[in-house]
Amino acid sequence: MGKITSLSDLKRIREEVQSQIKIRENSDHPEQMVQIKVGMATCGIASGARETMNYFIEETEHQAIDAIVTQTGCMGYCYAEPTVEVILPGKEPVVFGYVNKKKAEEIIEKYIVQGELIDGIIPLSFKTIDD
Amino acid sequence: METVNLTIDKKQLVVNKGITILEAAKGMGVQIPTLCHMKLDDLNIENRPGGCRVCVVEVEGRKNLAPACCTEVQDGMVINTHNMRVINARRTVVELILSDHPFDCLVCAKSGNCELQDMAHNLGIREIHYQGEQSTYREDTSPAIIRDVDKCIMCRRCEMMCNEVQTVGVLSAINRGFNSVVAPAFEMNLDHSVCTYCGQCVAVCPTGALTEVDETAKVIRALSDPEKTVIVQTAPAVRAALGEEFGMEPGTLVTGKLVSSLKRLGFDHVFDTDFAADLTIMEEGTELLGRLNKFLGGDKSVKLPILTSCCPAWVKFFEHQFSSLKDIPSTARSPQQMFGSIAKTYFADKLGIKRENLVVVSIMPCVAKKYERGRDEFKVNGNPDVDHVLTTRELAALIKLSNIDFNSLPNDDFDQPLGESTGAAVIFGTTGGVIEAAIRTAYEIQTGKELPRLDFEELRGMEGIRKATIDFNGLPVNIGIAHGLGNARKLLEDIQSGKSEFHAIEIMSCPGGCIGGGGQPYHHGNAEILKKRQKAIYLEDKNKTLRKSHENPYIKKLYEEFLGNPMSEKAHHLLHTEYFDRTK
Amino acid sequence: MSNYKMNVLICGGTGCKAAESANIQARFKNILEEKSLEDEVQVIMTGCFGFCEQGPIVKILPDNTFYVRVTPSDIEEIVMEHFIKGRPVERLLYKDPKTKESVPATKGMDFYKKQLRIALRNCGFINPERIEEYIARDGYLALATCLTEKTPAEVIGEIKESGLRGRGGGGFPTGLKWELTAKSVSDKKYVVCNADEGDPGAFMDRSILEGDPHSVIEAMAICGYCIGADEGVVYIRAEYPLAIERLKIAIKQARESGLLGKNIFGTEFNFDIELRYGAGAFVCGEETALIHSMEGLRGEPTFKPPFPSQEGYMKKPTNVNNVETFANVPVIINKGASWFNKIGTEKSKGTKVFALAGKINNVGLIEVPMGTTLREVIYEIGGGIKDGKEFKSVQTGGPSGGCLTKKFLDTPIDYDNLIAAGSMMGSGGMIVMDEDDCMVSIAKFYLEFTLEESCGKCSPCRIGNKRLHEILDKITQGKGKEEDIERLQELSHVIKDTSLCGLGQSSPNPVLSTILNFRDEYLAHVKDGKCPAGQCKAMLKYTINEENCTGCTLCFRNCPVGAITGERRAPHFIDQALCIKCGVCYEKCKFDAVKLA
Repeated sequence: MGKITSLSDLKRIREEVQSQIKIRENSDHPEQMVQIKVGMATCGIASGARETMNYFIEETEHQAIDAIVTQTGCMGYCYAEPTVEVILPGKEPVVFGYVNKKKAEEIIEKYIVQGELIDGIIPLSFKTIDD
Repeated sequence: METVNLTIDKKQLVVNKGITILEAAKGMGVQIPTLCHMKLDDLNIENRPGGCRVCVVEVEGRKNLAPACCTEVQDGMVINTHNMRVINARRTVVELILSDHPFDCLVCAKSGNCELQDMAHNLGIREIHYQGEQSTYREDTSPAIIRDVDKCIMCRRCEMMCNEVQTVGVLSAINRGFNSVVAPAFEMNLDHSVCTYCGQCVAVCPTGALTEVDETAKVIRALSDPEKTVIVQTAPAVRAALGEEFGMEPGTLVTGKLVSSLKRLGFDHVFDTDFAADLTIMEEGTELLGRLNKFLGGDKSVKLPILTSCCPAWVKFFEHQFSSLKDIPSTARSPQQMFGSIAKTYFADKLGIKRENLVVVSIMPCVAKKYERGRDEFKVNGNPDVDHVLTTRELAALIKLSNIDFNSLPNDDFDQPLGESTGAAVIFGTTGGVIEAAIRTAYEIQTGKELPRLDFEELRGMEGIRKATIDFNGLPVNIGIAHGLGNARKLLEDIQSGKSEFHAIEIMSCPGGCIGGGGQPYHHGNAEILKKRQKAIYLEDKNKTLRKSHENPYIKKLYEEFLGNPMSEKAHHLLHTEYFDRTK
Repeated sequence: MSNYKMNVLICGGTGCKAAESANIQARFKNILEEKSLEDEVQVIMTGCFGFCEQGPIVKILPDNTFYVRVTPSDIEEIVMEHFIKGRPVERLLYKDPKTKESVPATKGMDFYKKQLRIALRNCGFINPERIEEYIARDGYLALATCLTEKTPAEVIGEIKESGLRGRGGGGFPTGLKWELTAKSVSDKKYVVCNADEGDPGAFMDRSILEGDPHSVIEAMAICGYCIGADEGVVYIRAEYPLAIERLKIAIKQARESGLLGKNIFGTEFNFDIELRYGAGAFVCGEETALIHSMEGLRGEPTFKPPFPSQEGYMKKPTNVNNVETFANVPVIINKGASWFNKIGTEKSKGTKVFALAGKINNVGLIEVPMGTTLREVIYEIGGGIKDGKEFKSVQTGGPSGGCLTKKFLDTPIDYDNLIAAGSMMGSGGMIVMDEDDCMVSIAKFYLEFTLEESCGKCSPCRIGNKRLHEILDKITQGKGKEEDIERLQELSHVIKDTSLCGLGQSSPNPVLSTILNFRDEYLAHVKDGKCPAGQCKAMLKYTINEENCTGCTLCFRNCPVGAITGERRAPHFIDQALCIKCGVCYEKCKFDAVKLA
């Protein structure tokens, strides 16, 4: 890490190392973050959920979006895998189906960043994953 | 001097800032009782752990009672030293101490002289409300000191003496809570430790936890043995203190009564250690001059300063702690041992009896002398030069036991030939005295001239370390004096590091010298007593017709008839000794 | 750039460590490597989570899953189910003791709901062995700000304004203490951190040092800057090997980063820290005793004044604060005194960490805002009394505190309220007792502790506590008399009034408070010869009800001392002179014939 010899040194290093604990920081107050839960049951993984999840992690990181990307079990929409639930701070959860890389890109760009509703929402009176 | 206003027991007073409540109260005639606290003014010795909690007083506005010995006065303080709360607390604390103290006052060595006993008496304690288990420890008997720490009340005075004043470091508190007690490290016995037997722990112990080994019974047995000729020698400091045991004012000289009492006790000959002190000066003074002249003559093998060697605790101290310096002290034996050696040769020959049938008893202000007499190098075929040593206190007890009314005794004179002495010998009893005596003789031998004066005020006093340069007719001789082993340590460390500029140093283990010895009547923390004893010693010196050791006619006769010259081969054999490395 | 998608936080506090957290960590590493997940899941050993009752604890992030009582054999399942399939392992989740339902995240647990973690902010969150993680959490920012932007007087002012008081027991205002030491003129001064936590059952300081050592180091340096000291000493019990290890690592890292040593943050300020080990003597928590121990002397208190701020370690002005006090300092500097002093009560600001123990469901380490009531701590955070028993008393303030009853349950906890209630804050021990606890025995238990821990220097503490203990013992033996209660009180008052240090001045508190609050129980012992809680063995009496006894001889055969006689199929009889009250007959009897009185 090297010697820290000034306040600005410290602040710079702090920025650098903050990413190391970002997962922890974020999960401490998830309600203030964008929560992205990727269905990662066998069905999901088979349909490419892992790639989808990786994409979300990389892209939110890249665009500096305060988001927590977690995996979850089967949401019961196996026909529409990979499925992703997105909770914007203060809003109701929304579940998207068939989320491949391209769809993920759209979700980030439109729904997460701009708050516009887009196609692909699974229109059911669903329960949240945690229930 | 800044002052503060305060109220003690409803009386307002103005006192100097920085003093304690205890001192402020004392100044106005209020005696707050203390147990662990002890202060020897002018000697820079104070024990103030604040541990016994007997001196607690009420300071209005404070949550808890305050120990008067530790609490500094503050402006506006309102203090009650004896209201209900204070008296109740104080009595309860003393009751607690008593509840963990053996109830064998009647047969305790300290009975009548015990500060705890006095405390219980003064507080009118007639019942101990809190009784229970008492702490018990192994008794430890050494050649000089007995530790019966069941009687220890954790006042820590001995610990302070052993560590801070003497820097010997044998005694310290061990264990915790109810089991805590003062003991040598690892609870080893004193005779396995580096204890010097200086006896300062005994001198300050408020109870019977530390006492000297009592030899009175052995002396009584010897006195009643018709086969034995029993002779006695009395050290200089004894005559300046013994009277205290019989209610006399401290500083009363009782030389004549002392001799009388010893004769009544049945000693066949009553002699004086002072005689041997004069002899010591002849040997030590000659040795000093020999070394000094060789040194001045350019002999680099000669080591200076020369250190006095008459104090056995000091000898044991350097054997343990500064063994690398063991060739520096004078090889002269102490006066006690010179006396024993001459008595069992020269005097026994005169009487025509075998040394085994001559019993030599010493009356000493010291407990270390009990140890010294037992050292192997002071025995001939197992027979010691000195058979028994009684402290001043033990002698007083023996006098009382023998129905002798000390105060009404006539004055009597010492017997001869070992009873004659000069003023130089008497002052061995105080710090600074040995070196002053040595100078009186060495000066005249060295210069061949008569001393212009006999009183060396610059060498006297109570300062822990004193320095003076004495002009030997153009030759400046640098003299150092230390009393208390902690002070001695400082001078020794200077010698070790090559910083010492002294030619001769006198060292006494006990604060004040032998007048403050561990075998003297208890001073109970009153330094005035020591000063009065010191005054008495110098008075005795002044009153003597002869005040220089080399003028003692019986000493001259001893050399003519028996020893030849000082430092002769015979003198070497009988009057000198060697030292041992005791650093394990 | 790390690509971790998940964090596994394993509690590395002493408690969980003893229960195999090291093996858990190793197992995780193995299995993650086996499944090629080592780049996705980061395994971190943190400090204590506080919920020791449920340890070893493993927390999975970012989904905040809280696994309890985890063993190495559970790890494979966690990886396969949770990490790969995304399904939390239900059986390892914490179950709410009331609803019996699983609670996956800490936010849902009563244990954590009412807590506010300031001193423990990083415990269970960062890896204490990595300075980077501390820095990422604003570590050393407070020190940097102080050194480069504030004068010592300004920093002291901030601490004073925050209202922070010593967390070691006395509650002395920290800022004032710093100011006093700063004012002492000397060529050399010292900062001492008192990590000689000695209360039975207390582990607040240990957890902070194990979980967040840098916060203490940073605060000590800030203190050094304020008072003009360039040397700090942490006096820590040798019985805390893990805390010592973590501190050593932290000090090394701080030195390597230039945060300890010469010219810190490019300023003139130099500061370094060394460790000194104590042998775990309770009395060494007293600052003068601590200093003597540091000097190699017997750990004994001395009369104050001189205070350490005037004449302390090596006779130099010394500022002594305890671990938890220090841990609060960087936060106060970073967030400001006015943020801190809004938390808590009028005279007690901030939070306090407590070690919750005894007959309570959720044993553990908690941190709550000052002013939280005992009821909230015991019933909400602590989850109530074990086995549905009745609450009887709560003991605060460690061995020198007092036992508080039901009527104090709604007392907001702060320094002054606890003292007013007859107890004290102490360093934060909190022991809950239920109906089965005998209060005379409890008082005796605490006396036993102080008896052992008294240094023996002053007479009232050395002998007085022994006598108190003897009287209490007599009462529990059934040999007490009514006047013994008065005697206990009288002696207690004198011990408090005359003892040298805080240990003796407070050691009779458990006796006094139990007599005050449970006098009936004492009276039952001395007048009726009964222990209402049935704890005092000597007062128990086992008898055999002749009507119920079938003479089956089971009790006769099991009695270890042959105290039971009787013919087969005839009622048996217990010889009271021989009976040792072991209770075997009572347990063995199938016919409810053995009666306990």
